[in-house]
Amino acid sequence: MITIHKYVRAQSLEEAYALNQSRRNRIIGGMLWLKMSTLNIATAIDLSGLGLDTIEETDDAFSIGAMVTLRQLEQHQGLNRYMNGAAAEAVSSIVGVQFRNMATVGGSLWGRFGFSDVLTLFLAADSYVELYKGGVVPLAQFAAMKPDRDILVRLIVKKTSASFAYRSMRIQRTDFPVITCAVSRVNDCFCASVGARPHKAILLRDDEGILAGGITEESAAAFASSVAQRCPTGGNLRGSAAYRTHLIRVLVKRAILALGGNA
Amino acid sequence: MMEIRLKLNGKTITDHIDADLLLIDFVRRHGCLSVKRGCETANCGLCTVLMDGKPVLSCSLLAARADGHEIYTLEGLQQEAEAFVGFIADEGADQCGFCNPGYVMNTIALLRENPNPTDDEIRAYLAGNLCRCSGYEGQLRGIRRFLNSRAEGGSHAE
Repeated sequence: MITIHKYVRAQSLEEAYALNQSRRNRIIGGMLWLKMSTLNIATAIDLSGLGLDTIEETDDAFSIGAMVTLRQLEQHQGLNRYMNGAAAEAVSSIVGVQFRNMATVGGSLWGRFGFSDVLTLFLAADSYVELYKGGVVPLAQFAAMKPDRDILVRLIVKKTSASFAYRSMRIQRTDFPVITCAVSRVNDCFCASVGARPHKAILLRDDEGILAGGITEESAAAFASSVAQRCPTGGNLRGSAAYRTHLIRVLVKRAILALGGNA
Repeated sequence: MMEIRLKLNGKTITDHIDADLLLIDFVRRHGCLSVKRGCETANCGLCTVLMDGKPVLSCSLLAARADGHEIYTLEGLQQEAEAFVGFIADEGADQCGFCNPGYVMNTIALLRENPNPTDDEIRAYLAGNLCRCSGYEGQLRGIRRFLNSRAEGGSHAE
């Protein structure tokens, strides 16, 4: 249960940042995960009045505000056109429409949660986060950072010559994933992002050039095996480490074949 | 305490609330008892209300955040619900009835967003509403029968 003594809808990022320097205060995103904690919050800082709830598309990039909901990711035509539907695929099994109308991109990324479909998805793209004080940081670097008192303002997804595919495994629809996989071909470089290992997602590149000769059944299987070998996994109540490693081999292969047009 | 002002079922309400009051408690305090506590982990859909037309979970939303917004509960959408709930009842999908308000609210949102959904689209949209009696097929059949009847120009009464 959380107790909140004061609620402030911030009028500026500077105000939000200043309030957030106290460890007793907390920025609230969609509040779905936060609400499950036991916390005594002096001031809840709400960013919902700062216009960070839109996805802006330019010729070069998508700028996704921290308060954009997962439902907006799911429904944004431009983003899904660019990502070959992977954005919708990644979030569509997260609980229900009501949940996705509340959960935010900023909250999903800031938490660097192991189960995050959102982190898995965007790690496979040429993505950056804009931190209010920390500036623009590659998403992979941000994922490795420890949480501090900065504010995640937006996610930036640069448009490149790219294609994407996303696959995940859940024991039951709407549950947490057992494993999540996003694969991409960005400027002729292949990579796979694997999350819910159950630790947070990591990015593994095709440094050996396994797919350099093209996507075939054999090369997709070889790359998937390489990813499965290099990807550390662990066990929890949803699956053992060995099961997860097996799933990585299956899902990465399927996703790579989908990239090549063979879903 | 803080003051909030919002529209609840079309009526402007001003109230003084604690900063951590949840929207579910706010709307129940104002007589909207169709909105019920279920899982309280944002998973079951029982507490669904519409905020600015979008279905959200009132068990996980601060009432303070609803300040300046428009909230609808089933109490304010009786007429819209009446069009299809009879079909759902006819399919035996309302057994204990506990999940019904959340189901009806989310079905209203679905039909506003997508007036002619496929069965898969219905399943996907209502995936966040849990029912422990029916196995979900009754709700699906009821909504499908409503859509078919509407396409043929009928209503439940006919």
